[in-house]
Amino acid sequence: MAGALPRAAPAQEQDLAAPTVDNRQKILQATMRRHQYRPDALIEVLHKAQELYGYLSPTLLATVAHDLHLPPSRVYGVATFYHFFSLAPQGAHTCTVCLGTACYVKGAAALLAALEAETGLKAGSTSADGQLSLLTARCLGACGIAPAVVLDGLVIGHADAATLRARLHALLAQPPLAEEHHGSR
Amino acid sequence: MDLAELNAIAAHERASRKPIRIACCTSLGCYASGAVELQQQLTAGVAATGRAENVEVVGVGCMGFCGHGPLVRIEPEDLLFEHVRPEQAPAIIAALDGGPCDVERGDPRHPFFARQLPIVRRNGGVIDPERIEAYIAAGGYATLYRVLHDVSPAEVIDQITRSGLRGRGGAGYPTGLKWATVAKSPGERKFVVCNGDEGDPGAFMDRSILESDPHLVLEGMAIAAYAVGAHEGYLYVRGEYPLAIQRLTRAISQARRHGLSGSQIFETAFDFKVEVRVGAGAFVCGEETALIASIEGRRGQPRPRPPYPAERGLWGCPTLINNVETFANIVPIIERGADWYASIGTARSKGTKVFALTGKIRNTGLIEVPMGITLREIIEDLGGGTPDGTPVKAVQTGGPSGGCIPASLFDTPVDYESLAAAGSIMGSGGMVVMDAGTNMVEIARFYMAFCMDESCGKCVPCRVGTVQMHHLLDKLVNGQATSEDLVQLEALCQIVREMSLCGLGQSAPNPVLSTLRYFRDEYAALLNAPSAAAPQPTD
Repeated sequence: MAGALPRAAPAQEQDLAAPTVDNRQKILQATMRRHQYRPDALIEVLHKAQELYGYLSPTLLATVAHDLHLPPSRVYGVATFYHFFSLAPQGAHTCTVCLGTACYVKGAAALLAALEAETGLKAGSTSADGQLSLLTARCLGACGIAPAVVLDGLVIGHADAATLRARLHALLAQPPLAEEHHGSR
Repeated sequence: MDLAELNAIAAHERASRKPIRIACCTSLGCYASGAVELQQQLTAGVAATGRAENVEVVGVGCMGFCGHGPLVRIEPEDLLFEHVRPEQAPAIIAALDGGPCDVERGDPRHPFFARQLPIVRRNGGVIDPERIEAYIAAGGYATLYRVLHDVSPAEVIDQITRSGLRGRGGAGYPTGLKWATVAKSPGERKFVVCNGDEGDPGAFMDRSILESDPHLVLEGMAIAAYAVGAHEGYLYVRGEYPLAIQRLTRAISQARRHGLSGSQIFETAFDFKVEVRVGAGAFVCGEETALIASIEGRRGQPRPRPPYPAERGLWGCPTLINNVETFANIVPIIERGADWYASIGTARSKGTKVFALTGKIRNTGLIEVPMGITLREIIEDLGGGTPDGTPVKAVQTGGPSGGCIPASLFDTPVDYESLAAAGSIMGSGGMVVMDAGTNMVEIARFYMAFCMDESCGKCVPCRVGTVQMHHLLDKLVNGQATSEDLVQLEALCQIVREMSLCGLGQSAPNPVLSTLRYFRDEYAALLNAPSAAAPQPTD
């Protein structure tokens, strides 16, 4: 089980949506310009890229490497080193179970098992229809309300399996989200 | 900005206060439990009942009693309400007139609060962390003014040294000594770095400080920069803490706007600019050389020391790295003097320490207590024991680098040396309480899984050793291990501890060693008798 985000899934080559209808590239360029294309801004730039595109595709990594004058190996190395960066697309919805010590002592492992059984997903994977990613986190620092679960960026404290199941169903019953969804932050 | 302007801001802020104040905790724990909606309902309710003239509703930082959130406090009566739901806002407003109120009441004189000694958390739950004026009204930035005008860098370092403050990140290195080393390191360009990469699972002290009182950390960093001769600083914060990042970023731009950060601060020759760097989820980045690599935009891998960052750190320049809580102690020390600070605590551990009290404990939350308090006092008096009254079995301090201390040693005083002697460490302040139902071998495996995943892979003992130790612990938990496996596990603990490059690997065996030391019977009970494990000999 990896850390906060799935890393091992094969990254699919995806076209970065057509630039005509897409100002994401412009925003990313502006971010790099603000950092004067300094190589040490790499992590900041990758944060921005993931926020904009939801994940870091090989094309995106190549663009960043080119613009920051860094070897692609260095960019790929950094992107895969940190748990936060995802090289595969995430589900439209994300459910992140905190597995920090406080949550663990309060039964987070059983909670995760219940969610795995409910969704048929393994922790760190995304459903085939791309609607839901089931993830784990090392510690959200929300230990005071353990066990904690984050549903689409919303932290739920004192989580229990029954409530979560209900909320997940409610979430997935909504009309499918477009691809625009930008991850959980 | 000069002193008159600073005083004017403080006076204006104090004058605009209303007689009655409803304070809502808006830190993560309460935030996640609906505090924002509650605050809106309270504000709307106050307006609707025509009381906006003399009642104000403010969002404040962490009150500490996170397990009972959302928390609301009414001043000056000092009424505390717990588990408040947004729809209960009218009842809280009714309570202003002494009317009946069915909202769960808390006791501000409960030992959980009464036994604390807030120094770094003195503004937590009191001021609005999103407004610099609130910090200034609480005396903020006056210390920086005094330091820049009346105190020499050497005197600042002398004060910090005499206060006895030690690094709150866990290792306990004397802060004054570190500052002195950076100050005398030759170099035109120096840096001050605040380590907010609070990676220990079960610890949230730094998050709470950054969310509740960001300016206290910024002011402490500025004083440090003045003392060591730095003009640039970085605040490295975990990416998992979006609220802390948002409040810090806001605090920095407010400070810049008020001329309290940037060039010629308080119209002196002192320049200091700070940037926030957001971590990307790597526990090893809490190690100072790995953190430097990460700020430089590289993989967060540590390098051998020496040279220490104090001599060669960020971009090869002398760099002062301290933890969030360490910086938060600076202003109080300079303000009230080294002798006052040194009078708190034990002979070798001075001042207070913030702990995150979590796990199987009735009163979950954040506490700040004087050094030297015993574990028993923390767990039984402040924490109130386990929720269901079953006996506490052990407490884990120091996260994956620390150890489990059994109930029989709960009279151990909380100081750096005593905790180390008990086989754990002070650590950054996580305190996870475990009851009789907790399987200690599983806990050891839990931490080893953490270290295995978080090992950066640079040195072999840590990269390979953690995997092997995890494998052996897995066998143990599954009842498949033999006594040879246990011998092997202990041998690996020694190897990984002595041969790893950085603190992550060197301390990774600690949870195993401490549980082996105090709960060996639990390991023994899981062993498969060798005769049963070996294949039955056939004649």
